[in-house]
This record gives sequence, structure tokens and C-alpha cells, in this order.
Amino acid sequence: MKFTLSWLKDHLDTDASIAALEQTLSAIGLEVESIDDPGAKLGAFRVARIVEAKRHPNADKLQIVMVETDKGKPPLEVVCGAPNARTGLVGVFAPLGTCIPGSNITLEKKPVRGVVSNGMMCSAAELELSDESAGIIELPEDMASRVGEAYIEVAGLNDPVFEVKLTPNRPDCTGVRGIARDLAAAGLGTLKPELKLSGVEGSFESPVDINLEFSKDTADACPVFAGRYVRGVKNGPSPAWLQQRLKSVGLRPINALVDVTNYISQDRGRPLHVYDADKLKGAVRARLGKAGEKFLALDGKEYAVDETMCVIADDSGPLGLGGVIGGEDSGSTEVTVNVLIESAYFDPARTAQTGRKTGLVTDARYRFERGVDPASVLPGLDLATDMILKLVGGEPSKAQVAGKPPAEPRVIDFDFARVAKLSGIDIKDSEIKTILEKLGCTLSGKGNAAKVTVPTWRPDIHGAADLVEEVVRIAGLDRIPLTPLPRPAGVARPVLTERQKRARRARRTLAARGLVEAITWSFIPDGEAKAFGGGDAALVLANPISVEMSSMRPGLLPGLLSALKRNHNRGFSDAALFELGQAYRGEKAEDQYLSASGVRGGTAKLSGSGRHWDGAAKGVDLYDAKADAVAVLFSLGLDVAKAQVTRDAPDWYHPGRSGTLRLGPKTVLAHFGELHPATLKAFGIDGPVAAFEVFLDAIPAQKAKSRAKPRLEANDLMPVRRDFAFVLDKGVAAGDVVKAAAGADKALIREVSVFDVFEGGALEKEGKKSLAIEVTLQPTAETLTDKDIEAVSSKIAAAVKAATGGEIRS
Amino acid sequence: MTSAAAADLQALEKELLASIAGAGDLSAIEQVRIAVLGKKGRIAELMQTLGKLPPEERKSFGQSVNEIKSRVSEALEAHKADLETKALSQRLESERADVTLPVRGGAIADGRIHPVSQVYDECVEIFADMGFAVAEGPDIESDDLNFTKLNIPPEHPARQEHDTFYFNPKADGSRLLLRTHTSPVQIRTMLSSKPPIRVIAPGRVYRRDSDQTHTPMFHQIEGLVIDESTHMGHLKWVLEEFCKAFFEVDEVKMRFRASHFPFTEPSMEVDVGAEAIGKPGQWLEILGCGMVHPNVIRNCGLDPDKYQGFAFGMGLDRIAMLKYGLTDLRAFFSGDMRWLRHYGFSVLDVPTLSGGLSG
Repeated sequence: MKFTLSWLKDHLDTDASIAALEQTLSAIGLEVESIDDPGAKLGAFRVARIVEAKRHPNADKLQIVMVETDKGKPPLEVVCGAPNARTGLVGVFAPLGTCIPGSNITLEKKPVRGVVSNGMMCSAAELELSDESAGIIELPEDMASRVGEAYIEVAGLNDPVFEVKLTPNRPDCTGVRGIARDLAAAGLGTLKPELKLSGVEGSFESPVDINLEFSKDTADACPVFAGRYVRGVKNGPSPAWLQQRLKSVGLRPINALVDVTNYISQDRGRPLHVYDADKLKGAVRARLGKAGEKFLALDGKEYAVDETMCVIADDSGPLGLGGVIGGEDSGSTEVTVNVLIESAYFDPARTAQTGRKTGLVTDARYRFERGVDPASVLPGLDLATDMILKLVGGEPSKAQVAGKPPAEPRVIDFDFARVAKLSGIDIKDSEIKTILEKLGCTLSGKGNAAKVTVPTWRPDIHGAADLVEEVVRIAGLDRIPLTPLPRPAGVARPVLTERQKRARRARRTLAARGLVEAITWSFIPDGEAKAFGGGDAALVLANPISVEMSSMRPGLLPGLLSALKRNHNRGFSDAALFELGQAYRGEKAEDQYLSASGVRGGTAKLSGSGRHWDGAAKGVDLYDAKADAVAVLFSLGLDVAKAQVTRDAPDWYHPGRSGTLRLGPKTVLAHFGELHPATLKAFGIDGPVAAFEVFLDAIPAQKAKSRAKPRLEANDLMPVRRDFAFVLDKGVAAGDVVKAAAGADKALIREVSVFDVFEGGALEKEGKKSLAIEVTLQPTAETLTDKDIEAVSSKIAAAVKAATGGEIRS
Repeated sequence: MTSAAAADLQALEKELLASIAGAGDLSAIEQVRIAVLGKKGRIAELMQTLGKLPPEERKSFGQSVNEIKSRVSEALEAHKADLETKALSQRLESERADVTLPVRGGAIADGRIHPVSQVYDECVEIFADMGFAVAEGPDIESDDLNFTKLNIPPEHPARQEHDTFYFNPKADGSRLLLRTHTSPVQIRTMLSSKPPIRVIAPGRVYRRDSDQTHTPMFHQIEGLVIDESTHMGHLKWVLEEFCKAFFEVDEVKMRFRASHFPFTEPSMEVDVGAEAIGKPGQWLEILGCGMVHPNVIRNCGLDPDKYQGFAFGMGLDRIAMLKYGLTDLRAFFSGDMRWLRHYGFSVLDVPTLSGGLSG
């Protein structure tokens, strides 16, 4: 919403400075987006007269002009290239040091082809007043008497333009008067009274009938439609002041009739329309559109209407869309003689919907979709009639009104104490009353049980809280006292949930393992979603921003792999990335799960990546991923030894080099492994990638335990370590060997570790491998004898053989 | 003992001491030791001659030999110690390593926490101290929770401001969407718990917007307090305390401007004086807030005549950018190792109130 200072002053008696207006507007909720102050930009430019023009000695296209820039002072020598520069011309002069807005150049004293120019005679383009750059500005000759005065004053351009960003609840401020009313309430002046109009109501009946053709259910689309016929107008360009006003707020003057409607729309937030009555066929009616109907709108484009849109039509069909745009064929032109002025009320919701469907963004829609003052139908009609009569003459008919405005007064029960209760501001009843009255409310009753009648132009005020807002914003938000929120007694209590704590620990665990945390999009290409177990139609966006961001991710790996690929392309192939975030198995809240996933590419291992004098890092493998997954589970308090490792990781992993960590058949804790070559190919990644996915929600809740740790069971007897090497079938899992050995004597065996795996040589040919374990025995009562050790060793060998068929390697 | 014998002994001692002094290294001295002091060494040999001596000479001869043995042993030990010292110095000299060879920085030096996660933790730390719990909710939401219950009816112009990602309509015409703010979490909280309520709701939100300064996914953090007496003064205080703590400054300038949101009444927008980030003279728009609209309270099954409170919301990414001087929002989600390494945080930078949020 734009307006100029002088326009504001039509409604507001004020001497507030531009800065004060800006500050107050923003403080009360009318956020100032910009102020274009010509005084700041064009204040230096002066009216000046060319006393003499002569040829430049060194240039054909240049002249030397002697310019009178101040009464009674000697003229200045100025170099000028304009073809229209001539003796006697009164124009606009920029002294040295002036910044020329059109070129953003500051004038300096320097010779132009050998002659020093003491300033510049300017074109309209240089002042950014128009695109005219062919010649310098020519003012009327009688302006010679005003040489030396500021050009913007002489030309009436010294009128700062304000642009405010209106929130959608303030239709009243789509007119300058509404803004003036708010400023007056905030103490920045006095709202001027409305002028009384006379002579607008004519004596004859309008020859054009106006009908509302709605069913009971849809009557709210256009509950009131008023019109007045004016015959014998002489249309033409509107007067300069009106054109200037419109131009200053970015509107294009068209002709007097159209300009009047645009002016009142901007001045009062009251859109109107003027029809060339001679082009109307039969009665004008408001009704819903019909399928198949079309019309040519004022913007020169044809629009199809449908049954949800409110149209204004005559016998020939739709003329325009109510509240949105008028028709090309029925509008007024320079030759229009008889007109019908329309002033109506269109339903905000329907107007907004029509606007969205057609994509039309118009000044009328801007106002009607916010809610035009329904009580302004007749005053608006009168105002338009008055201006039309004054500008283009003619004879008005009686106003014809179909329907009635939906303007039943809204009365709110209001206890003034609500203001203090909601805002904390200490404020007197009298001040509350004054503020509400200045905003147009009428009040009755006492402060603790007031009845407040809301003005018709404020459809946004419905209840006590709204009235509190009005009082608080006008009284000033800085009057709200800082009030400490009462603290719970004592030391602050922990607040995080188990899940939130898991996320924190998992995140920092992975970062401590050298992985870098990334955040990738929640939506990914549909193909990637499908490849990673997703792509369910219910999880595909209906209106994605692009196909690359169209499907909710089933897991975090696709986003991480894309990031890995991008890093790869930038020369970082040894990237190790992780993400901790949500993914989606379905559309329900409980289908959203939390995952900690990561990828390691190239040689990005825990111990470091790349070549190094102390030994180059090898390529990443499944054990790197397994270690990451296990580290996360461990950090979350899970006894990883209790988890089973199975070979059933999903399809995107290498089938032979991946696994799943689980607790029983149902609870999947994590997948880990090298990625399937086909997966890597799909992402265009060369070389191995080790990946893991840990499912934070799958980890069982820890049972509430005593915070005291169990007593340390340390034994002073020396532990005994024995090594066993087994020859096994190649397919035997090391985990099974370890499990069998550990179970051979639970009392004595404290730990079993694998210290060597050998595949190859003669064993390879037999389909065998060698696996060596170290078993730690912890005696508890007395030192083990050789016999004791012998006995345990036999049990271990037997247990492993029973479980895996493995023989002790001889 | 005859003087000749005494002279022999003297000569022998001299010889032995010379052989000790002549030993150049530890193995030579060991050989000398064996040759002199060993079971079959010179001293032992000498002692064997004792029996052959006349009894009157034995005592003085034996005494002299023992004295020699003692002096020679001493000399041998001393020389051995010297040689050991020398040998150690030589060894140490030869074991000189190039201490300038670079070592790996290690995993802790390589790993990073994303700025959004870091700032999330910072905010949780601050608000937890003021008694706020952390509430969460799903990204895929219903129209009802994202809009309607928040006092945004289907035709409200505010729905046009939120460019919403929708899923395809179901048979009954309803359609799910990606939440456009974390406010549905406030609704879920009010629906599922009784006042007093103090929560923050951080998380991912989505709007159909993509340009220099907007990404279709970003992060918000919202706050909600509902009880019977919390008013705008408390809201102002909480925000000011938050800003001081977050930007880690003793004073912060704040500007409150009236505004409009469908879910709060009265509503305010808040600017922070950019002194807080070392840019005096500017204002930074950082958040919107207000008193929860009575309709919203009613929609959650609470009595708006009894319960009141405030809500606020701000961009987590935005405050991260302001605090840590990040300029490009799009880079947050690019997974670019260069950016993450540079702007990310060490795993050891755990924000705490006692140690300072940024350490």
C-alpha cells in the first residue's frame, strides 16, 4: 500500500516529521517497507534559465550555455549536449557536487572537451521522472520568475512516497484514510472530518436495472450492489493533480472516469467500477458464473469463468469478475457519454478463490479479499458521483441499490481489565476508551463491563483479545513491562526425553568418529526413494518444487550418497558424512522414524584417510560401517554383545558384504555394509562406500536402574591366555566360533577375541579357512593348574567343533 | 712378604688397571672383568698361590691381594659406568627422529557437528533453564493441525502466504501436507497435556519457496507457554533473556512492532539491535510472537477465559546465520565437506550454560 505525505495530509492534520511517521507506522503494525523522499534525492536541483547558447569550440554536438542559476548572480558556464538547449530555455540545473539519480554520478568540476562545466542542465531521465532522455527538461517560460528555487517545490514533486506492508487483517488500511485514522489514534495528528457531499443524488431513476441472481446459499457472494447512472459526461484525461497522485503511487492514469475509481480505491479502500452504460445490454446482474462462459478482461486477456466465481453480467454474458476485474468491452473510454457507477460488496473468501484460480492480482482483489467496509457501498458511490460530476460533468440518477450491506454492527463485551491481564500494561480506563473511540469504536457501559461496537471497516475485530491488541499497539508496545517468567524453584530440571537424549549422543558419537554431520533434504527423487525401499504413492508430493524433491525419503542414505557424489565431483572422494534425522515409512505420525546414518567413501576410515608416511589408509570396507553402527549402539547403552548379526541387509547393500544388527527376529537395530555396486552406479560413485543406518527408535528403553554402579568384581589371580587356531569351512561365521568358545565354560572364560583370520594357500583349495582366537581364563578361587587349563581347552575345542565342525589346526 | 713379591703385586695391579682403562666398550670391559675377576681370572690365580707360600707370608700376601682386588673392582665398575653412559649417549644420538614429520589429527579433529544442530543444542540449553521442555511432532501433518486449529480457516489469506507442499488427495478429499511451521506441535502439546505448559518445538518445516534466501526446507524453533497468568510482559522478558543468552552479550536492544498472525492476538514482530552481532546501527528481524489466540486455545479443548499464554517462532537457520556469520542458507543443505568443515563445530563444543554456549 502506497501513499504520499500530501495525500495523507488530506485526511490527517499533522506536522509530524517523516521519521516520526515512519517509526509510528511500523510500531503500530503498518510496517514501512520504503520511503521515497524526493527531497533527499532531488532537493539540490534548481530552476534555471539559459541566458545564452553558443557552439562548443571543440565539439560539434556540444554547446556552451550560460545559465542563470540564481537571481542577480552572474550566469555560470555549462557544457550541454542536449539538442533542445537554446537561449531563453527555462530548465532544471544541477550544481556541482550533485548526485544525478539517473546515472548515479556526482558532478565534479572538470573540463568537457577543454571547457570547464560548472554544473549540468538535466533531462527528465536524469532525474528519474520519466524515460525522456533526448533533451533537457523544458519548463514553461513564465517559470523564469522562479529561477533559483528548488525544482521539486516548483513542480510540486516534494511529496515523499510511503510504502507500507499491510498484514492481511487490515482492509481499512488499503485506503489512505484508514492509515490516517490509525496515526491519529496513535497521537500523530487529528483525523480530518468527512466532507459533506451535495448534489450527488439525482432526480431520475436509473435506466439500467440491477439484479442479484443468487440462491439463498450463495447470496453472500454479493449481498449488495449499488449503482448510479450519470448521463452526459464528457470524459477525457483527468486533471494534473489527480494524474500526479496516481502516478506517485505507481498507478497509470487512463481517463477521468477510470482515474476516479482508482483514486477512491486508493484513498478509501473502496473499489468501484464505471461501465459505459451505452454498451450494456439489458439489466446488470451479479450472479455465479456458468461453465463455458468467457469474457475479455481489462487486461486484454480472455478468462473462463466457473460456477464458483461471482460474475457481473448483462444479457450478453459476463462483463467481469466481481471484486477482481472488469471487462474490456463494457468499460469507459474517451468517448463514453453515459455511465453506470458500480459500488458493491463481494465476499472475501470467494474473491480470494477466484483470484487464485485466475491468477489475477488486482487492486480490487487486494481489497475485497481482505474485506472491504460493507457500509462504504453507498458513501463510495456518492463519492465517485461527486468526483465524476466535478471532473466530467453530467447528470446523476437516483442511486439504485439491490440487496443490503452485510453490516450488522458487531458488539463485544469487554472488561478493560483484560488489557492488563493479557499485556501486563498498567493503563487507565480512560485511555483505553480514548484509543478505541479514535479507532472508530463506540462504547457504552462501565470499564469492567463495557459494550464495544466495532466499526464496519474492521472485520478483523471479533473478541476481547482483538480489542486488547488494538489498545496495546496504539498505546505502544514499549509500555509492556519486562516481567520475569516465574522460575521453577531450585536448580533447573532436565527436560529432554529419552529419544532426544539418544539423538544427542548418537550425533556426537559419530562426529567423534571423524564423520561430518550433513543435513540433506527430506524429499528426494522418486527413483531414489523406490531404490531405497520407498516411493509409496502416499509419500509423493502433489506439488513438488522439482522432480528432484518429490518423494519423502525412506531413509537417509540417498541424500548422503548424493552429497558424497557432489563432494567427489569437487575432488573430495574421501568424505565421511553422517546425518541424524527423520525418514518416513508411511504418512502417519508413527511412520516417521529417527535414523543415524552415515557413509564413508574412498579411504575415509576412522584412523584417517589418504596416503600417509606411516602407512596409507586402505579403502573403506564393511567393517568400518559396522564399527560405526556398533559405536552408536554402544553409546546408547546397548550391550552390543547381546545383538545378533544376520546377513539380511536390504538390497541397496552388497549382498555378501553387509549385515544387520538385531535383537531377535523383529527388532532391527541397524544395517551396515558396503553398498551394492548397482547402488553406487546409480549415484555415479566410483570406488567403495561403507554405509550404515542405525534406527534410534528400535533400541529398547533402558530399564530404570539404580544410579549406583554394581560392585567391581576384580580378581587378583593372574588371568591365563590361551590361543586356539581352528580349520573351518569357509562359510563358517567367526561369530559362531566366538560364541561357542565363550559358552564352553562360562564361569572361567572371561573373553574370547579373534586375532587372526587366514584364507588362502592350501586351505583355499579345500574350501577352508583358518581362524585363531585368544581365550582369556579368569580363575576366581585359586591359580589354575595345567590340568585345569587342559580340561577347559578340551571343552573349548569340543564346543567349537560341535557348533561349527572346526578342528584344531595341527 | 718379600719386597720382590710386593713389587710383583704392584706391577700386576698396574697392569690390571691398565687393561681396564684400555677396554673401549662394554664387551671389552666384560672380557677384562672375566680375565681379572672371573673364577679363573688373574686375581683367583693369585689367590691359588697363597697355599704355596710360607705361613708367615700368607696373611700379608692375602691382605694385599684382597686390597688389589678391591681397587681393581672399583676401577672396573667406574670404567664400566663411564662406558655405559657413553654407550647410552651414542644410542640416543643414533635414535634421533624427525620430529617435524606430520601426524594424523585423529577422528575428533576431523568430525563436525552441523551448525543447525549446534544452535539447536544451544537453544535447548537456554530454554531448559527457563523450564521449557522440548516437544516434537511429525513433518507430515493434517490440514487441521497445520492450519484450521491454528485459526487459519480454508479461505484465510494467510494460507496463501504459506506456500504449502501437499500430498495427493485421499478418497474423502482430505489431503496431508508438509508442515509449514512447527506450530502443529504446539497444538499437539495442548491437546495432549494440561496447563501449565512450557515447551519449545524445534524442527524441520517446509514451504514451496526456493531462491537466494529461501530453501524449500528449513528449521524453526517455536515456544509456547500456557497457564492462567502469563502475559506479554513475560513474553518480552523471555525473548530478551533468550537473545542475551544466545548472542552471549550482557545487553541487547530489542524492538517490538505490532503485527498480525492468525494464531496470536495481540501479535508482535521482534527486531534485535545488530550490536549483538557486532554490527551497530542495524536492526535484525528475528521472530514473530504474540498471545495465543483464544480460538486456538478453544480449538485445543481449553477454556480461553481461564487459560492464556504466549507463543513465539523463529528460524533456527536464521539465528545460526546471524550468530555465526553464515551467509548462504542453501549451503546448509548441500552436504559440502568444505562448508561443513569450515562452519561446523567440534564434537567437544558441547554448549552448556556453565561453560558458555560457544565455549
